[in-house]
Amino acid sequence: MPLVTQPAMNSAAAARARGARLNRLDRRANRTLKWLAWIGGALVFIVMFLIAYQVIDGATGAFDKFGVGFLVHKTWIPAAGEFGALTYIYGTLITGVFSLILATILGVSIGLFLSLMAPRRVAVIVGPLVEMLAAIPSVVLGLIGIYLICPFIASDVEPALHSVLGFLPLFGAPQPVGNSLFTASLVLVIMVVPIIAALTRDLFLTVPSELRDGAEALGSTRWEMIRGVVLPMTSSGVTAACVLGFGRAIGEAIAVSQVVGDQPLDHLDLFLGGNTAASVIALQYPSAVSSLHTSSLFYLATILLVFSLLVNFGARQLGRRSLQGR
Amino acid sequence: MSAIPDPKHALTASGNLRRRQLVSRAFETATVLAAALAVAVLLILIYYVVKHGVSAISLSFFTSDLPAYDGVGGGIGPALVGTIEMALIATIIALPTGVLTALYLSQFAGPRGDRILRLMLDLMAGLPTIIVGVFVAGLITNRFGPSGLAGGLALSIVEVPLIARASLEAISRVPQILVEASDALGMARWRGIVGVVLPTASSGIVTATILAVARASGETAPLLFTSELYGQSFSVDPRHSLASVPLEIFQLLESGYSASVSKAWGAAFTLMVVILAANIGARVWLRRSERKRGL
Repeated sequence: MPLVTQPAMNSAAAARARGARLNRLDRRANRTLKWLAWIGGALVFIVMFLIAYQVIDGATGAFDKFGVGFLVHKTWIPAAGEFGALTYIYGTLITGVFSLILATILGVSIGLFLSLMAPRRVAVIVGPLVEMLAAIPSVVLGLIGIYLICPFIASDVEPALHSVLGFLPLFGAPQPVGNSLFTASLVLVIMVVPIIAALTRDLFLTVPSELRDGAEALGSTRWEMIRGVVLPMTSSGVTAACVLGFGRAIGEAIAVSQVVGDQPLDHLDLFLGGNTAASVIALQYPSAVSSLHTSSLFYLATILLVFSLLVNFGARQLGRRSLQGR
Repeated sequence: MSAIPDPKHALTASGNLRRRQLVSRAFETATVLAAALAVAVLLILIYYVVKHGVSAISLSFFTSDLPAYDGVGGGIGPALVGTIEMALIATIIALPTGVLTALYLSQFAGPRGDRILRLMLDLMAGLPTIIVGVFVAGLITNRFGPSGLAGGLALSIVEVPLIARASLEAISRVPQILVEASDALGMARWRGIVGVVLPTASSGIVTATILAVARASGETAPLLFTSELYGQSFSVDPRHSLASVPLEIFQLLESGYSASVSKAWGAAFTLMVVILAANIGARVWLRRSERKRGL
């Protein structure tokens, strides 16, 4: 309630009073700034819709010709005008899932180490170093993939894995060259681990120390404290971080295209070459042989876009739930 | 509420203390090993790039034209110029857009606009860069041919969500007491924003921009279809294709001649040094300036 009762003003006086508080320049500048900010936000919208429109629009030719069957056909012969995405969808998903499994184990462990285990002095050095991995350009990672990781995989890792897990169709006979879906997955692990590690570290730091101390005071070991308190509290956030990492893995084109060993797929073997949707777009778009070819690549891009939007949307929903739970 | 620990994994003693401690110890060792592995991989990568890259580096490597198709002679001069120029174009587009978006979210948006715009930013940040490339190719390159402007535009789409999100965070960390003080002095809103909020958040915004530029200058996929087929010599006209370091590395590797490959290592070394230096520098600077401000 106002301390001094104001005399009733007529509308002209009220307008004058408002005007007295803000001069004309200020009012105009307020409005301009609000509009500018609105335009900035609107641009983000417009670009996102344009991207969706442009990619789907480019795919109409292939969509009219192949329909939904595109998703389950595996022949991709540009010269014959036959296109089916199954090979690339398989490649995208298998490299994504395989790298996600490894990256989750490593990334969450690193997140736990940085947030709960390491002494502060170690954490402030190791943390930025791990994040630095994410700053390495993908083309440089691909270069290292070709000349360091591929030979190493072919000479050491493939024989070892084949001898242990060879009963699975995924780990077939070792190949002379290391360009394969398997190598692509490992390169993706290097890209995804820092993302998961950084996100989960921040998440684990939000667990109230009373709860952690309480668990330890009740006599639980470190591992039991983490298993019983930290992980249950952060589970949806951790899942969200991993899903985001998966989104990054399926969208990577350049590094994958350099090590994936482009081969048609008639096998499940990870040690043979394959391709992913993102990388085949990078490899074939500039040299597309027909408009149908280009359109099929746009169709692949549409599939990838849908995957990526779903994955990021899902991660967001999960992440929000973890925030609300707190 | 998930704040209550799951009763199934309750904090009851599981029996044998020695075994429990062994499990815990093993787990701790595993996390240390995971962190050590990540650091080791980083160091191996850096070592390998330095080992192969340093020999290609010389002054003329930075100043001469791009090598011929077989990688003999030449350097990466035009690619450096092109990368800088396209990053500049991208930042000229992305910095205002990103900061204004952050301002809209922090100052003006209603709850609904806020939710949707944040969603869009998250989706944009997760967009595969190859899709950005395909988008700009379809929108611009197919009509007007490849150009530095198209490449810069593609890179700006990579930068916008990075700058917007980090600016938003920087703005949200502006102490409320400063905002309230400016309101109490009767300042108009725009003066409060331009005179108090943005300057206080500036170190965060600058850091975000540096990180975004570093990220964009390492991107290959957005340029693959938008600023391709560039000439061998220096060019600064953004209406034509501009060379870029990442794309040059990609193409040198595709040609596969041994001279090309050693050029690619040199270029990769240059790119890594610049990007890692920018990352380290930005972080150190942010920490120092925030400490100075007492944030």
